[in-house]
Amino acid sequence: MEFSFSEDQDELRRAARRFLTVASSEERVRAAMETEQGYDSATWEQLSEELAWTALTIPEEYGGLGMSYLDLHPLMEEMGRSLLCSPFFSTICLGANALMLGGDDVHKERYLPGIAAGETTATLAYAEKNHRMDAEGVETTYSRNSAGYILRGAKSYVVDGHTAALLVIAARTENSKGPEGVSLFLVPGDAEGLTRTWLPTMDQTRRLASIELRDVVVAHDALLGEEGRGWALCERTLDLARIALAAEQVGAAEMCLDMAVEYAKVRKQFGRPIGSFQAIKHKCADMLMMVESARSAAFYASALAGQGEADLEEAASGAKAFCSDTFFHCAAENIQIHGGIGFTWEHPAHMYFKRAKATETLLGDPSFHRERFARRMGL
Amino acid sequence: MELQLNEAEEAFRQEARAWLQEQLDGPFKDLQGRGMSGAQDTYIEERIAWSKTMGAAGWNCIGWPKELGGRGCTIKEEAVFNEEYVRANGPGNVGHIGETLLGPTLIHFGSPEQQKRFLPPIVSGEEIWCQGYSEPGAGSDLANVQTKATLVGDEWLIEGQKIWTSGADYSNWCFVLCRTDSEAPKHRGISYILLPMKQEGIEVRPIKQMGGSSEFAEVFFDGAKAHKDHVVGGINNGWKVAMGTLAFERGASTLGQQYLFQKEFEEVVAVAKRTGAASDPVFRQRIANAGIGLKVMRVNALRMLEHEGADLNREALISKLYWSNWHRDLGKLAMDLLGPEAELLDGAPYELTGMQKWYLFSRADTIYAGSNQVQRNIIGERGLGLPKEPR
Repeated sequence: MEFSFSEDQDELRRAARRFLTVASSEERVRAAMETEQGYDSATWEQLSEELAWTALTIPEEYGGLGMSYLDLHPLMEEMGRSLLCSPFFSTICLGANALMLGGDDVHKERYLPGIAAGETTATLAYAEKNHRMDAEGVETTYSRNSAGYILRGAKSYVVDGHTAALLVIAARTENSKGPEGVSLFLVPGDAEGLTRTWLPTMDQTRRLASIELRDVVVAHDALLGEEGRGWALCERTLDLARIALAAEQVGAAEMCLDMAVEYAKVRKQFGRPIGSFQAIKHKCADMLMMVESARSAAFYASALAGQGEADLEEAASGAKAFCSDTFFHCAAENIQIHGGIGFTWEHPAHMYFKRAKATETLLGDPSFHRERFARRMGL
Repeated sequence: MELQLNEAEEAFRQEARAWLQEQLDGPFKDLQGRGMSGAQDTYIEERIAWSKTMGAAGWNCIGWPKELGGRGCTIKEEAVFNEEYVRANGPGNVGHIGETLLGPTLIHFGSPEQQKRFLPPIVSGEEIWCQGYSEPGAGSDLANVQTKATLVGDEWLIEGQKIWTSGADYSNWCFVLCRTDSEAPKHRGISYILLPMKQEGIEVRPIKQMGGSSEFAEVFFDGAKAHKDHVVGGINNGWKVAMGTLAFERGASTLGQQYLFQKEFEEVVAVAKRTGAASDPVFRQRIANAGIGLKVMRVNALRMLEHEGADLNREALISKLYWSNWHRDLGKLAMDLLGPEAELLDGAPYELTGMQKWYLFSRADTIYAGSNQVQRNIIGERGLGLPKEPR
């Protein structure tokens, strides 16, 4: 494993920064925040059709570019940095990853080209209102008959669940427990018996939804992966998504640092820039230490993801815990360093603070991931 | 998680490993793990003999240019050697001040005569150096040094006091920051002078540390003499020379250090399992946090070592602050996991356990070689471009 970004990856980052400075300016983010859909369709078309970001990690035989998961890392950082409002994370990091890991050729042929082209959005619905992040949290059930599978239950905290065209839904057989008996199903967003409701959230830059399933019937070929073994697939998908989310957090945390440093250089009190005071300077130094270390954590996990290594679970949990803590810390310090203006609606600091809290919890909070890391260590 | 090595670098690793193993499983077996942090005042003579053996075989100062007695190793190769050294349980290196601080300073700022006189005995392990920087009134504010040097005929006469000088009692030479112009602004009246330690006019008083050992000392100068030509980088230019020395730290020791940290972390995990603390959810969180922190430290180091270019990158800037905090937290965690047993010594009068030793020593990690507060100033000013504090 090499421990630096390649020249191409650096170039990808620069190109993304140039694009997002305009396409995801503060004004554009605020506009997207106001909508129920939660993102701007024209920007989505641009980044998928013109820039081919949605095609990046999809294999070439399915209309993608077949690039590595580490290639995605700089993009995720930049999306985090600009708080891009977009179904990219749900579609690529959750939906497409589930398909690529668990789908057969027919599934891939059917869905991946559309995803690569930006025509199909997708997401993974695994969590429910019970607040559990493990297999026990899957209470939605399915049964099988000659026509296919029938799904019953309710999903919650589904990223972009109200708009995704394709839902990957985790359900279990009646009376099964733990990881046993869980399967993943591919369900169209407009399936009969399915009710989707936008859940307005404190962080307005990413949408969550609940999904009610009242005897939703899908065909036999809607089963993703092996029946009853869906939890392992779900976990693997979640780990990949956690790694991408960690990279996103690094970019956003670095933006908080940059904002704070910039302000500390120009804001004067007692006749000098506040950044010359150690009280402020030392806060910024700690933020830099955390941001660079978080980048290391996410980088390592992204690089492992491309190699299909066994340590992925440990690396993903380590990265998600470390990067969540870092982003929250930096977003909070950014407000503190800005003083009163940092507490206003007008200033963007709160948007990062809210995204930090939302991503901290999403796909498992730091405590969950540290416990998971401890178990992987053999404790 | 390893550094990427090409064929030549891998061969270098094997060569280093074989030599170290031959020596440390052979004639120097009793020196394994001796004289490390917290016990650097022990096995001095044996470690000097070891240093000479290293020098004779060409393993001292490997990062120096070949024409100056080194091997011209890259930073990667240096890091690999350090890692192998620690893996072989090599003893604390008595020559490291000469190798990592004085040597590079002379290579950069020294005259050809100074290089010719002083570099070879560092490479051979025959001359040991100590650093005369801190004073009672000049810690983080190093430029406030008051030790005075006056040129009388062919000699500098030195009066004053240094403190926290590691290895002062067994060093042959000391590089001393002295005030040579008391009229000039404080940064501009300092000279960097090379001084023999074994002479009348120098008194060394060891300082007993909180762990009971005495690795550093107070050094008193009362008419100590240095040769007129042994000023490095020019008279009154010592501040620039001293600051330049800081930039030579390239992080070569980082992988070796992390190997030690990994061993300590494993000891801590073993304690948690033995005492049953491993089933406590709060301890599990703290242990996992330390484990994640250690992995991150490793990636930080590998990123730093693969960074190309001469500039000091961000990973290098944060290195000291990061590892010293991590290590201090691990020490606290170790003692917390032990509970009441943490108090029990190996024996009277004050025989600390290994874990107690590094727990206590970790409180120094965040102070020496630039305290955490100084590190944060450097990160803020050099890494982030924040304005300096008015001085």
